[in-house]
Amino acid sequence: MSPVLKRKREKFHLPNKYLLFLLTLFCVGMMILSFTTNFLAAPLNYISSYLIVPFEKGLTSVGTYALEKTKQLQELSYVLKENEQLKEQINELTIENTLLQQEKYELTKLRELYELDAEYENYNKIGAHIISRDSSNWYSSFVIDKGSDDGIKVNCNVIAGSGLVGRVVEVGPNHAKVISIISDGINTSGMILASGDNLIVTGNLTTMAEGKIEYSQLIDSKNKVTVGDKIVTSNISDQYLPGILIGYISSIATDSNNLTKSGYVTPVVDFEHLNEVLVIKELKQLP
Amino acid sequence: MKKAIFAGIILFCCYILQTTLFALFNIGGIRPNLLIIVTASLGFLGGQKTGIYTGFFSGLLIDICLRTVYGANALLYMYVGYSCGCLKKVLYPKDIKLPLLFIAGSDLAYNILFYFLNFLFRGRFEFLYYFRHIILPEVVYTSIMACILYPFIHFIMMRIEVSEKKGEQTID
Repeated sequence: MSPVLKRKREKFHLPNKYLLFLLTLFCVGMMILSFTTNFLAAPLNYISSYLIVPFEKGLTSVGTYALEKTKQLQELSYVLKENEQLKEQINELTIENTLLQQEKYELTKLRELYELDAEYENYNKIGAHIISRDSSNWYSSFVIDKGSDDGIKVNCNVIAGSGLVGRVVEVGPNHAKVISIISDGINTSGMILASGDNLIVTGNLTTMAEGKIEYSQLIDSKNKVTVGDKIVTSNISDQYLPGILIGYISSIATDSNNLTKSGYVTPVVDFEHLNEVLVIKELKQLP
Repeated sequence: MKKAIFAGIILFCCYILQTTLFALFNIGGIRPNLLIIVTASLGFLGGQKTGIYTGFFSGLLIDICLRTVYGANALLYMYVGYSCGCLKKVLYPKDIKLPLLFIAGSDLAYNILFYFLNFLFRGRFEFLYYFRHIILPEVVYTSIMACILYPFIHFIMMRIEVSEKKGEQTID
């Protein structure tokens, strides 16, 4: 740009390079601030609570409804096809079968409920819907529609069905951010239910595609732990309440140091189709 | 002014869509990156400054709503917006082929940077796995979505420019 042109402009004009530089400094500053302190979180969460969460709530409910409807339609067409083929042959049998299946479904549901209730009976829980999921394909964190107004605090444990989903990392008035245990690099302290041996469960993006996550640092000198053993949250964890089911051991291998073992865990929660979760309001008592 | 309002509205809509509907109706667990499309497109059409602001605010939106460390995404998106803004003079915006290529390139660059900053430093070295299973599908899906979103953004931006020019003429 020629100086003659610049003199004409009366308004103050910030060149793009300086703008970029200033905003970069601002971002870096904010990163350092949010990494070391926590005072930015509260006001910013207020903003997102009132600006964005209402929209997300509405759209997610519409989306879930549509998803259910499409599933229903798909199932309906499938059932119709099947029905035409088998109608004449097994009319009576189908009726009997569906009745039996319904009963069986009911039975398993009741059994599950009974088990879940018995296991986590003592905790005060609150149900919540997932209203938004992470924008990138790298993480599996999500936002739920209950927040500090409903008694949720940071580090509250989140469970679904019969097992551990993750924990709350930030709360706003009517929403909370949850990071799941399968997120890459997230460590959870667990223990083998049968033997009480401690181990570390680590989320891994690579192996999660096959439906399992890693565990490591299992000291099992008596070789008691076998494939299929239950892993629950440990007593020594500072974030998770003890005894929440994480998953089942799917493979064991001795580490090269010959002291510890590592391998893979299959989580009990179906993270792919998660829509509703339970949040335990109680926090782990720390000394 | 009109451009800023339009940018704000489309950013907001795309963010909400991406975290709700596209997350629910994902294809094989992969969802497109609509915010990078918006950032890159507005960069091409509006120039460096528009790119910087769009990128900064879209990144900030993600940081505030989903992350616990604020600023990292804002930084990445801002540089994507700025680099796309630099291409404004080179591009002929009506033709979709080249912008599409650059949008795919932006998504690729963003994801590779994200991998370097968040995964490589934690000792996750299987770059090829991540490239094949996450980055590449996302780039393809994003490019397909860009085919729909870019012409729309271009159309609106052109309309705004025409109306602004008309406004100037009547004032003169």
